[in-house]
Amino acid sequence: MAYEIIVVGTSWGGLAALRELIRELPAGFGLPLVIVQHRHKRSGQLLPSLLQDCTPLFVCEVDDKAPIETGTVYVAPADYHLLIEDGHFALSTDEPVRYSRPSIDVTLVSAADSYGEHSVGVVLTGANADGARGLKRIHDRGGLALVQLPSTAESPAMPTAALRSVPNARALSIEQIAATLASLPVESARHSERR
Amino acid sequence: MAVPLTPDEALDGPPLSYNPELERIEIELLLEGVFRHYGFDFRSYAYASIRRRLWKRTEAEGLSSISELQALVLHDSAAMERLLLDLSVSVTAMFRDPGFYQVFREEVVPLLRTYPFIRIWHAGCSSGEEVYSTAIVLEEEGLLERTRIYATDINDAVLQQARAGIFPLNRMQEYTENYIRAGGKRSFSEYYTAKYDGALFSPSLTRNTVFSQHNLVTDRSFSEFTVIFCRNVLIYFDRDLQNRVHTLFYDSLVMLGILALGSKESLRFSQYEPCYEKLHPREKLYRKIR
Repeated sequence: MAYEIIVVGTSWGGLAALRELIRELPAGFGLPLVIVQHRHKRSGQLLPSLLQDCTPLFVCEVDDKAPIETGTVYVAPADYHLLIEDGHFALSTDEPVRYSRPSIDVTLVSAADSYGEHSVGVVLTGANADGARGLKRIHDRGGLALVQLPSTAESPAMPTAALRSVPNARALSIEQIAATLASLPVESARHSERR
Repeated sequence: MAVPLTPDEALDGPPLSYNPELERIEIELLLEGVFRHYGFDFRSYAYASIRRRLWKRTEAEGLSSISELQALVLHDSAAMERLLLDLSVSVTAMFRDPGFYQVFREEVVPLLRTYPFIRIWHAGCSSGEEVYSTAIVLEEEGLLERTRIYATDINDAVLQQARAGIFPLNRMQEYTENYIRAGGKRSFSEYYTAKYDGALFSPSLTRNTVFSQHNLVTDRSFSEFTVIFCRNVLIYFDRDLQNRVHTLFYDSLVMLGILALGSKESLRFSQYEPCYEKLHPREKLYRKIR
């Protein structure tokens, strides 16, 4: 199975986990990696710049309608939901879902519905249950579901909820998640017109 | 005002068994039907967000497919009203992105001082939070007297809320904080009177404001403006419709007029990028230069 997009959701403890994860990704990483991290609505550009410090991949906050490109790390902007369409992003200021905007569930569901079995969902450390329902959608659509092993998470609640929702998800350490992502088969010719 | 979602309806997606290609056909048919029967044109709205909203309404009506929703809204205009609210309401806040309003005060207000008369268009103003925010800045800078604000939205129900100027009291702490960060010069509570669970904003803030219905998709320009605000409205449109609306804005701005977009909206994907200069490296404030 060739994969085309990865969505990583995290909350409490996420910064350290994300830095550890993307540090391990090789410079020629061939997939777009989309990060949805709960954070304060005025947190600004700090997260992307802290992530950029530890990877040769290009890191940016998503602008509305930006095309999705391989080998790029995208960060969901604070105070917007991040939706994924085939080949590009769309933002929304619809109501927070379970008190969160961005909502990890919303982005995971959107990736699953647009990319189906070509999508990868990853749920890392966090102190709530966001991501559990979205990861289930990724799994149900035939995508790959990865979860941080709760015992290795700074805050195990979110990975635990994700595993309860998707018992078949693979529970791995951050290092193992990075190795798994780096070895994923990548579709050579991206099709831009799949709807 | 959008109704808060309960956790279980909040996912707003189709049942798993749903075929994505069929879903797209049903959504396109529904939007075509709504356009032909009611005249509301949502056909060029961003697919991912209109899809979420359509499923939200489908579930709220107790239905299980988009086709069922189509039958309902075509035959029952009250159901159409409910759908219209879902599709056209955008959620905003007073002084959303305080940094934006700070830059507006510091960089745009001095430019506005050079005009004898200022016309501002808030396109897609929704329930008016940002109209009152702008009016407060202009009042404090002594410019409100020579300003006329045109606040428009497709949705008449939200315009009535905007006209009334009553916002939820439980948001005032957040708005006060935003106001201070935006460089507010007074005490924010001077601007409203608390009553029950609402904050009634001083009607004098909108003494020079005209609220009226306008559809960015189908209506034309109606004046020439010094500033156009359209923040977090275009995100709901697809690229093609965004470009059409950018044509409308370009045609409606005076030379050296200012276009203010949402913080994650960009002219980068529009053909009008060369016609504007950026006034600030971070905030989405553009000046028409050709």
